[in-house]
Amino acid sequence: MEKAKTLFDVIGPVMIGPSSSHTAGAVRIGYLAGKIFGEKPDKVTFRLYNSFAKTGKGHGTDKGLLGGVLGYDVDNENIKTAYEEADKLAIVYSFEYRDDYTRHPNSVDIILENKHIGKMEIGGISVGAGEVAITKINGYKFNINGDYDTLILIYKDKPGMIYRVTALLQGQNINIASMHCDRKAKGKQASMGICVDGSISDYIINELSKIEEVYLIRNIEVLKK
Amino acid sequence: MNDLKNFADILETAENRGKKIYEICQMLEAENTERPVAEIRERVKNIIAAMKSAIRAGLESEEKSTSGMCGDDCAKLINMYKNGKSLFGELHKKILKYSLATVEQNARMGKIAACPTAGSCGIVPSVIIAVAEELKVSDEREIDALVTAGLVGKIVSNKLALAGAVAGCQSECGVAAAMAAAAVVELYNGTNEQIINAAALTLKNIMGLVCDPVAGLVEIPCVKRNAFLAIYALVGAELALAGIKSVIPVDEVVDAIKQVGEMMSPKLKESSEAGLATTPTGLQITEELSRQWNAQ
Repeated sequence: MEKAKTLFDVIGPVMIGPSSSHTAGAVRIGYLAGKIFGEKPDKVTFRLYNSFAKTGKGHGTDKGLLGGVLGYDVDNENIKTAYEEADKLAIVYSFEYRDDYTRHPNSVDIILENKHIGKMEIGGISVGAGEVAITKINGYKFNINGDYDTLILIYKDKPGMIYRVTALLQGQNINIASMHCDRKAKGKQASMGICVDGSISDYIINELSKIEEVYLIRNIEVLKK
Repeated sequence: MNDLKNFADILETAENRGKKIYEICQMLEAENTERPVAEIRERVKNIIAAMKSAIRAGLESEEKSTSGMCGDDCAKLINMYKNGKSLFGELHKKILKYSLATVEQNARMGKIAACPTAGSCGIVPSVIIAVAEELKVSDEREIDALVTAGLVGKIVSNKLALAGAVAGCQSECGVAAAMAAAAVVELYNGTNEQIINAAALTLKNIMGLVCDPVAGLVEIPCVKRNAFLAIYALVGAELALAGIKSVIPVDEVVDAIKQVGEMMSPKLKESSEAGLATTPTGLQITEELSRQWNAQ
C-alpha cells in the first residue's frame, strides 16, 4: 500500500539527528516495540544487524532504539541521554552487533523482558526517510508501520477466529485498511495484524479479551508524524 | 487537483488560475489531507521555528559529534568573520554560517528539521532564513517560501526516492539545493516560471552527485557539502531571476536524474564501498572508529 505523498514528507520531520533512517527510524522501531510489549521492561536486549550494527554507534542508533522503548518521539532531546534515563528507571539494557546478509540492511531484534509478561522478541526494519516496519513478533510475521491504528492479536489457530474479530470491528463500524495473518503450524498459535481507519475503542479491546484462547491483544496507535 | 504530478501541470494550473506556486501547493495539500490551508501553514510555521532553533543552537555550540569527526567548523567561520575577513557579502556569510550550524547540530544529535533529509538539513533553512532576514520579510513570506521549496521536493519525490541509498546525494543535498533555489525566487517575488527554472537549473548541475560517506556516517563529506550547496542554490535563483531558462524542461531533468541514479553503482549509494569512503584516509578513519566502538 503506497502512501500518498505530502508536503511534510519533504519538510520535516523535526527530529534528533543525525540520520532519518539510523536515528529517527531507530526511535520509531524502539517506540513501537515498547508499545507492543505494553509494560515497562526490566531488561531489553537489542540485536542490531548489518548497517545498523556497523554504523549504529556513530548514528546514535543504540540511543534511538533505547529512547524509543522508553516512549520517546523522534524529536525528544532526551534521546541523546537515553542510557542515563534507562538507568534511572532501572531498566537493564544491552546491545549485540551482528552480520546477517539474509536480513534487511537496517534491521534489529529487540528482546524485552519483565516478570509479568515474560519475554517478547520483536523484529523491526528501518526502510528509509524515517519510515519503519515491525516485521516480527515472537516469530510471527507482521507488517506494522505506524501509519494506522493497528490491532495485534496472537491466539489459538482454530476456525472462526478471524470472523469473530472482524465481526466485532464491523459491529463498531470500523473499516479495515489492511490485514495480515500468520501461523506457525495448523492448530497451534496464530497471529493477526489489522490496520484500521479511525481508532480502536476500549470496548473492542475488552470484548476481544473475552474471546477464549487469545493470548495477546495490543492496540498500537498511529505514530505521530 | 490530485492529478498534478509534475512541474508542467503545476505551472499550467497556477498560471491558469492566476496563483503563485505555493498557493497551488497548499491547496493540493489541503485537498489531499482534508485539512484547512491555515492548519497546513501553521504546521509549516512550526517547522520554521524548529529550523531557527537549530540554527541558534548550532551557532553557539562547538560540541563534537559522537565520532569526533566534526562539530567545530561553524565556530571557525564565525571566528574569521569576527576578524572582519571574508570573500563574501553579508547574505552569503550568513548562509554559510547557518548551514554549518544546522548540519553540525544534526551531527551532534541535536534537534533539526529534515529537509528533505537529515543529511541535507542545512541547505533549505540556511538559505530561506538568511534571505528572509536580509529582505526583512514577514513570517508569512517565510512560510510561502518553505511551501514553495516543499512543492519542489514533493514533485521530485513523485518520481525519485529522496534517499542517498536509492539515487545518491543528488537526491538529498542536490534536491535540497533545488528546493532552496525555488524558495529564494519566491522570496524575491519572481514569477512561477522563474521558480521552476531555478529548480531546473540547480538540479541539472548536481546530476551524478554520489553518496560516499566515510564510515557510513552523516559527516564526511555531508557537513561541508551542505554549506557548498546552500551557496550553490543562490546561483540557480540568481540566474532564474535574470530570466535565464533551462533549455531542458524541469520534468525531463528529473527523469534524467532518476536515470542517472539507477545507473549509479550501488557502491556509491550510501554503502561506503567506494569514493571518499574508501580513500586511504577514509579507510583509516573507518578502522579507527570501529576499533574504538568495539572496545566500548
